[in-house]
Amino acid sequence: MAVTDAGQDTGVDFRTRLQNWLPKIVLAPSFAVMVIFVYGFIAFTVYLSFTDSRMLPSYEWVGWQNYDRLFRVREWDIAVKNLAIFASLYIVICTLIGLMLAIFLDQKIRGEGILRPIFLYPMALSFIVTGTAWKWFLDPAIGLENTMHLWGWESFTFNWIKDREMAIYTIVIAAVWQSSGFVMAMFLAGLRGIDNEILKAAQMDGASNWNLYRRIILPQLRPAFLSAFVILSHLAIKSYDLVIALTGGGPGNATALPATFMYSYTFTRNQMGIGASSAVIMLMTIAAIMVPYLYAELREKK
Amino acid sequence: MGFLDINNVTKSYGAVEVLHKVDIEVQEGEFLVLVGPSGCGKSTLLNMIAGLEGITSGEIAIRDRVVNGVHPSKRNIAMVFQSYALYPNMTVGQNITFGLEMHGVPKADRDRAMADVAKLLQIENLLDRKPGQLSGGQRQRVAMGRALVRNPDVFLFDEPLSNLDAKLRVDMRTEIKKLHQKLGTTIVYVTHDQIEAMTLSTRIAVMYDGYVQQLGTPKEIYDNPANLFVASFMGSPSMNVLPARLRDLNGEIHAEITGAEDQSLHLRIENAPESYRAYLDAEVMLGIRPEAITDPEGADRNARNIQSLHNTVSVTEPAGADTFVSTTLSGKDCIARMRADADVHPGQAFDFAVNMDKAVLFDPKTEERIG
Amino acid sequence: MAIASADTAIRSSSFSRVLIYLVLLLFALFYLLPFGIMLVNSLKPLEEITGGNMVSLPREWTIAPWLSAWSTAQIGVEPTGLRPYFINSIVMAVPAVALSTIVGALNGYVLTKWQFRGATLIFGLLLFSCFIPFQIVLIPMARILGILDIAGTTTGLILVHFVYGIGFTTLYFRNYYAAFPTELVRAAQIDGAGFFQIFWRIMLPSSGPIIAVSCIWQFTNIWNDFLFGASFASGGSAPMTVALNNLVNSSTGVREYNVHFAGAIMAAAPTLLVYIVAGRYFVRGLMAGSVKG
Repeated sequence: MAVTDAGQDTGVDFRTRLQNWLPKIVLAPSFAVMVIFVYGFIAFTVYLSFTDSRMLPSYEWVGWQNYDRLFRVREWDIAVKNLAIFASLYIVICTLIGLMLAIFLDQKIRGEGILRPIFLYPMALSFIVTGTAWKWFLDPAIGLENTMHLWGWESFTFNWIKDREMAIYTIVIAAVWQSSGFVMAMFLAGLRGIDNEILKAAQMDGASNWNLYRRIILPQLRPAFLSAFVILSHLAIKSYDLVIALTGGGPGNATALPATFMYSYTFTRNQMGIGASSAVIMLMTIAAIMVPYLYAELREKK
Repeated sequence: MGFLDINNVTKSYGAVEVLHKVDIEVQEGEFLVLVGPSGCGKSTLLNMIAGLEGITSGEIAIRDRVVNGVHPSKRNIAMVFQSYALYPNMTVGQNITFGLEMHGVPKADRDRAMADVAKLLQIENLLDRKPGQLSGGQRQRVAMGRALVRNPDVFLFDEPLSNLDAKLRVDMRTEIKKLHQKLGTTIVYVTHDQIEAMTLSTRIAVMYDGYVQQLGTPKEIYDNPANLFVASFMGSPSMNVLPARLRDLNGEIHAEITGAEDQSLHLRIENAPESYRAYLDAEVMLGIRPEAITDPEGADRNARNIQSLHNTVSVTEPAGADTFVSTTLSGKDCIARMRADADVHPGQAFDFAVNMDKAVLFDPKTEERIG
Repeated sequence: MAIASADTAIRSSSFSRVLIYLVLLLFALFYLLPFGIMLVNSLKPLEEITGGNMVSLPREWTIAPWLSAWSTAQIGVEPTGLRPYFINSIVMAVPAVALSTIVGALNGYVLTKWQFRGATLIFGLLLFSCFIPFQIVLIPMARILGILDIAGTTTGLILVHFVYGIGFTTLYFRNYYAAFPTELVRAAQIDGAGFFQIFWRIMLPSSGPIIAVSCIWQFTNIWNDFLFGASFASGGSAPMTVALNNLVNSSTGVREYNVHFAGAIMAAAPTLLVYIVAGRYFVRGLMAGSVKG
């Protein structure tokens, strides 16, 4: 080996080494940001949930006291029950409507190009806008009920939004209006991905349309069902804006959800410790759904 | 020392060693083909020469300069990829000169080099097009142009023809060979296609399971395969490998096999090396290429030892230029390659002419060739 | 022949086809009605809304509610209209979208083309961060913004949206670049292009669609955000959604529904416009963010 060659080698090595390090250097800021702003913050909130923080963070350790109190507060109880009602109806109705629309749209429909964007456009709106529109539409004095009265249907009543028992269902209606088109799009993509030859083969085997869907097509949409469930449940748990805009959590606290509970306890009622513990419970619930899902998706990709 | 030296190179991913002590010396102007089934390590080795994968141990040197750890662009190599890897957003001309631009070659020189290469490959009329507008064959040419323009020490080809249809593949194969003869460049070429390996190379390294099974000229590899893997991998249809026993009949060594009706058949081996004697009465594997089994009229006239073999024909497959004839020997399908007009029919008892000059023997346990 | 000859194998009777069209049209009505009625009523004088039928067209067309919503309506304590908040939202969204897209593109490039040990773990952590309920970060974020002295400012919101947008943009670019041929990167390496040269000269020119997806998705999310806006912006620095909510839910005075509707449509207009112009990319963004984790 000539000495000059060795000299060249080290020069070249530096560039190679730099090139090897660049990807990590580029990724590092994002990694740092994520570690601090996501996982560090989560850790901080978890820590706060074990302290007696009220208006400002305090570092006085109180153990499980906040969680203990949280589960004895009536509002939290209502918020959790509301979430159970809201999430289950929201997921089921969105899935059913989305699936139906997708199957119908998949029948070589004329004007699909116009219908599809109409079904999906609410997804582009802010929940605040959706809430504003529906708040008024559901208001008995000027909305649907009033219209029916003016049209001569005097006995028609639709005052759920003012009714403590029924108000939560108005949230479901508005949320379904906003998200069902998205579920439709997911199922439609799934349907379009099914191999046509399989369907032809099934028809040659004499399967009726009903059986075709029940036995051949729906089972192949399993991934779409799973994704719809995960995304919808994640949206349901995070629901905040819509409630604020539509009912403000009322009447009373009849439409409170964990997200609104957390906000009001932390920032309005100065019970930061309890607010933090409610946020931790929300995170755990979402993690219980998302982590297995993401883990499976990441593994599949490998 | 050769022009390109691969010295005891190994590659491991974690605890798994995928390439074991590869040792190849390539001379200037050689056309070395690395051939083997997928997963044999041939592409890994090529990528290590290119610098796209690290070397776990050992050394790779180009023109006596060890290039371990040297950035791919500083090795003075060029590579043609399986997918051609043409930059989709650049024109053909920009594709060809991108490497020169990255190396800081002035525009005027780049344009001159591009014009030369375009002329050589007859792609002058394509220079302003985008890769998306080109046919497979044209893309292939552009990819070669991009490699040629750099005037590198070593060309690396990674299965460059496998995305072309059958006819174009044959044409491009000839073209690559012409180019090599004309320019006398040093080439390392990876393929899984043994015909490409045979036709293009000056030397072949047959790889399997991370080992170089045999390194030699196409003729050596074909006529004297080092082991059963090489024997069966190289050649199409592949070499017939029949269980046999060596017998000493009247002082001459014969291979004893069984025919379709379980009758014993003996094929005399002339000029048998002394090493065969160690296997007398033991089981061996007898390897005979299909073209060494013919009808009596079609037998090689220069062969000294044509043995006649009487057996039943099971299937005939006319393939235009040749007719492939199957017959059962030692319980295995054995294929003979005959003239198209050979008079053979299924079920017929036929006198096969076996050219025993071309027969090779393998040890059934080690699978290595005897002799 | 029972078998459809065309590219679809499913056939249905003409009766069920009529039914299908009917259902589809009904749902189209369901989706269009709330927004459509809102649009119609934003062009009515207030008396026509409180005293009339919501589905009837205005007897007297007026753009006064729009003018009022834009420049004179009472938002909180100031009669500024929504205009300053609209501008706030733009000033907030544009840099946040641009920054998170650039960083996401680089991250996606590194995670697919320069794989190193632990890259999958980092991606998994980033991915999970897309789905956390943001309530879990509200308290510490408020503290940090205070420490950085950008609490209650648009700068603070840009930071927040940028930080929590990286996960999604990285996901987009990673999935897109995963399908981008690695051989091109290797060819460019052999040609002597470095890390950034490969990114600029080879990857970015082919990234148009995913840049569109990322920008549209980020813009929609950031524009429509309410939680961060309500938590971290104060008074004059509030984004459009917060201002709209203040307008609609202010308890003082007469409820000017027509002005509320005009305001709501203003708040919806930018994202709706993006949806109409580039709906294809919008849908792709939704899909990429959900079906493929």
